Amino acid sequence: MNSNPASRLALTTVLSCAAALACGTFTGCSPRDTGEAASGPPRADLPIEYALLTAAPKVPDPIIRSTPAHVIVDIEVREVVRHLADGVDYTFWTFGGNVPGVFIRVREGDLVEIRLHNHPSSKMPHNIDLHAVTGPGGGATSSFTAPGHTSTFSFTPLNPGLYVYHCATAPVPMHVGNGMYGLILVEPKEGLPPVDHEYYVMQGEVYTAGRYGEEGLQPFDPEKSADERPTYVVFNGAVGSLMGDKALTAKVGETVRIYFGNGGPNLVSSFHVIGEIFETIYQEAGILPNQRNVQTTLVSPGGATIVQFKTRVPGTFTLVDHALSRAFGKGAVGMLKVTGPEDKTIYSGKIADLNYDGSALDVIPAASTSAAPPPAPEEEGGAPASKEVRIERGRRVFQMACFACHQMDGKGLPGVFPPLAGSDFLKADKARAIRVPLKGLSGAITVNGKPFNNIMPAQPFTDQQLADVLTYVMNSWGNDFGTVSRDEVKAARAGGP
Amino acid sequence: MRHVVHAVLALAAGVALARGALAQAGSVLIPAGTYEPVYRSGQEPGAVSVAAFFLDVRPVTNAEFLEFVRANPSWRRSRVSPIFAEGGYLGDWAGDVQLGARAPADSPVVRVSWFAARAYARWAGKRLPTAAEWERAASVGFTTPDGASEPAYRDAVLAWFSAPTPAPLPAAGSGRANLFGVRDLSDLVWEWVEDFNTALVSGDSRGDTGLDRGLFCGAGAASAREFRDYPAFMRAGFRSSLRASYVVPNLGFRCARSLP
Repeated sequence: MNSNPASRLALTTVLSCAAALACGTFTGCSPRDTGEAASGPPRADLPIEYALLTAAPKVPDPIIRSTPAHVIVDIEVREVVRHLADGVDYTFWTFGGNVPGVFIRVREGDLVEIRLHNHPSSKMPHNIDLHAVTGPGGGATSSFTAPGHTSTFSFTPLNPGLYVYHCATAPVPMHVGNGMYGLILVEPKEGLPPVDHEYYVMQGEVYTAGRYGEEGLQPFDPEKSADERPTYVVFNGAVGSLMGDKALTAKVGETVRIYFGNGGPNLVSSFHVIGEIFETIYQEAGILPNQRNVQTTLVSPGGATIVQFKTRVPGTFTLVDHALSRAFGKGAVGMLKVTGPEDKTIYSGKIADLNYDGSALDVIPAASTSAAPPPAPEEEGGAPASKEVRIERGRRVFQMACFACHQMDGKGLPGVFPPLAGSDFLKADKARAIRVPLKGLSGAITVNGKPFNNIMPAQPFTDQQLADVLTYVMNSWGNDFGTVSRDEVKAARAGGP
Repeated sequence: MRHVVHAVLALAAGVALARGALAQAGSVLIPAGTYEPVYRSGQEPGAVSVAAFFLDVRPVTNAEFLEFVRANPSWRRSRVSPIFAEGGYLGDWAGDVQLGARAPADSPVVRVSWFAARAYARWAGKRLPTAAEWERAASVGFTTPDGASEPAYRDAVLAWFSAPTPAPLPAAGSGRANLFGVRDLSDLVWEWVEDFNTALVSGDSRGDTGLDRGLFCGAGAASAREFRDYPAFMRAGFRSSLRASYVVPNLGFRCARSLP
């Protein structure tokens, strides 16, 4: 009797309906979901914890739980004015007050409850699409939130990996371009292998109305965004966010893992660390360490990667988008400073620096060295800025572009980039000095008796910025070579190629 | 006959208001025209006709709303029903009938629900503009009939989106007048409209764009139109995030009237 096909069918239907109802509340009920995260009613039994969220470059500590939890993630969306570069401000829209958004770390099979709080001072409604979510919109359809409101939804991360999250409110490229992106790491149940340092770095583009380095509060430029022509390409939300005393750090012999994401909204990153090799890479941020010894890895907008390497020698290792015009001229540069003992067998450092008889002694002819024009008032219709002010403005320009080759200490790199500190080449001919950043310089030159043969492109700065940076260079590191006015640069610009 | 009566009543109401202690916002005639919604279902026409109407030149101020609250105690902060206004209603005010430093008299009233805005408009003998009317009024620039392609106008709108909301808010009517003589449409506060919740936005904007793919592909200058209309997309997105009881710190309203 019980084997009556009709009643069996009915029973099956009832069971699957019940299962659907039970699962429908919170879990995905994937067939893979067999372990502790498996179905079962709304999972009210899970212990509740609040996620510890970190601002880049920090990463929350690894999860030590071996069982799932109900993890509450409180994210406050704030629209804030932040430095984009020295002297340049921008109104960023943020998940948690900074760009990129807070780093979220959960465990495969957790019940993750997202509470999106849109601060009352926000102008815009916002939502969140987490690529770790299996469900419509990645959560965007459940989190559209007016200013001064909070949306809540939950999901079970079924697939471990490193995922981008971002705002998906129209116009989406503007919300993302304004900084609304971050990373969520879904640890596999067994965890990730321990390392000495974990860092959070995320690339993103900024489309400002003003040109690179133009000071003041910059508005968003919708046409540049539509054309995918960013003014800035930055790591962690600002030019210089990983430089100087904000550089990433490690000691020789330590293993560094970088969770690297690309918020986009448009450009593919060619992520590279100068002087290191990614010894282990979780390509496209899947959970399988699937390749060894990668130099440069592609990271799509809305994508991520996990790279690992062991440091072997001390020094400064530069993080770049190896589409190099973004690194040298748009801001996509960061630094990892490694301290510890040298290992000369791995890297000797410079052993010798000798003249090479073949070519290196030609000096660029100092063509058209007309006498420098007489000093003129620097500011049109106003008192000229003091020398100190001009030097300070010049320092900002230097730190946006020049330092990458000539170094912060002005000493350059032996044999590659000539020094500015104590440079006889710089001191000898002011008109030539002005032309170098204005028009660019290539070919063999001699500086302080050492040959150089390289290419320096023309720098895309205004007359005032060039005058300021030249004045800075001529009055730093012991240099006392005089000043350069805006009118001198203007005259040089007008003076032909 | 009815029309005449209405006109007389409207006139009378106008006189009564003008006699009040506070100057009410003047209004201007917005001539008939069309409005192109950024979100449409497949059946809707690309352009919607908008009949001529009167629109206030500026949003309703705190002082004006205070007068309404005094006359209608059920709209006081302490008495309003939570069905009609959520917590935080008139939250910048110092008290039930006190404005205070965070709510200057001539600044636009904000933190008002759609219900409250509607009640005010009815009390003032007016109504809320529809989204189509509002967008029609905001479609012109400062000096040309097409604001989206007038650089100075676009810059002003984008500058507003690019800066945090100042506190307290500037005075209503202090913005530059557009070609119709209307002020503050895109550079002071968001504004309620009568049919704020009819835009076809699901919460996930990309899906909405997908629904409209046919329309966008059909239009030759699809991409150009899309980025030029960023502000229109943002307004549509903002409106669709609201519910009628919501009060938002930078959301006010202005009134409209139909032609007699």
